[in-house]
Amino acid sequence: MEIAPIRPPVEILLGEDNPGDVYIVRSSLTDSKLHHNFYQVNDGEAVMAYLHQEQGYQNVPLPDLILLDLNLPKKNGFEVLEEIKADLKLKTIPVVILTSSNAEQDILKSYQLCANSYIVKPSDYFVFFQAIKNIEIFWLNLAKLPPKLVSNSN
Amino acid sequence: MSLSQSNQALDILLCEDNLGDVYIITNALQESQIKYNLNHVTNGEAAMGYLQQQEDYPTVSRPDLVLLDLNLPKKSGLEVLQEIKSDPKLKAIPVIILTSSKAEQDILKCYQHYASCFVTKPFDFEEFTSAIKKIENFWLELVQLPPKFAPHGSS
Repeated sequence: MEIAPIRPPVEILLGEDNPGDVYIVRSSLTDSKLHHNFYQVNDGEAVMAYLHQEQGYQNVPLPDLILLDLNLPKKNGFEVLEEIKADLKLKTIPVVILTSSNAEQDILKSYQLCANSYIVKPSDYFVFFQAIKNIEIFWLNLAKLPPKLVSNSN
Repeated sequence: MSLSQSNQALDILLCEDNLGDVYIITNALQESQIKYNLNHVTNGEAAMGYLQQQEDYPTVSRPDLVLLDLNLPKKSGLEVLQEIKSDPKLKAIPVIILTSSKAEQDILKCYQHYASCFVTKPFDFEEFTSAIKKIENFWLELVQLPPKFAPHGSS
């Protein structure tokens, strides 16, 4: 085939319950030229329901990148991270921890559970906005994301 | 920025056998505002020797970040990655794959073995330099790396 495939949008899932933080992440991504779809859920159970395409999420695409808060209701970010990284279908999806915690125990635990990177949310609005830009520049422009697993194996 | 990152120099281990690439990476990082030590090994066995502080490397400190080529002599980058990620003392160290490969199989395998990320080396000098600066901006300035004094467990 000669024709280059049209690049599909990057699918981004944010697991975050704080509406202010959701707003900043969303507006920083919207501000960019990046061709993307943005999804957000409020708690850890919803993150897993989304990823397993359960009730209410049957038609959602699997994300290319997950931004995950640690302090989530119902199921915390560590549990979500552990489940993702132990699941053969989900483990390759990069998970960027985005949290207000800078406790060394949380940082260490996240990396031990195979978080792909750990970022502390800046408390300043503008710096937070820039941090999301930085995530975008690294993860969505430079890094190669894993290919989507398709049902018919090559 | 955490205290550990602002006060202590970061230790970066570069595993790369191509001296041209080493030159570009070293050069690109030199302008960084972040204090770091860049250590360099040229094959996969040496990478593991370094990380496990074996006889040739008794006094080195455990790196905060590993930049790993895939196509390395003696032991491949993928083997090194697997060994790091199956070692409880080493597994928390972020491993950035930096390779000339852009093959989907390589990308997939690296993420399956818990590489932190996968970056394909651009062929062009300027673009390669810019890629290293993006790695620096993200990994050295924004990201919180694991704490230095990670509990090692029993020896």
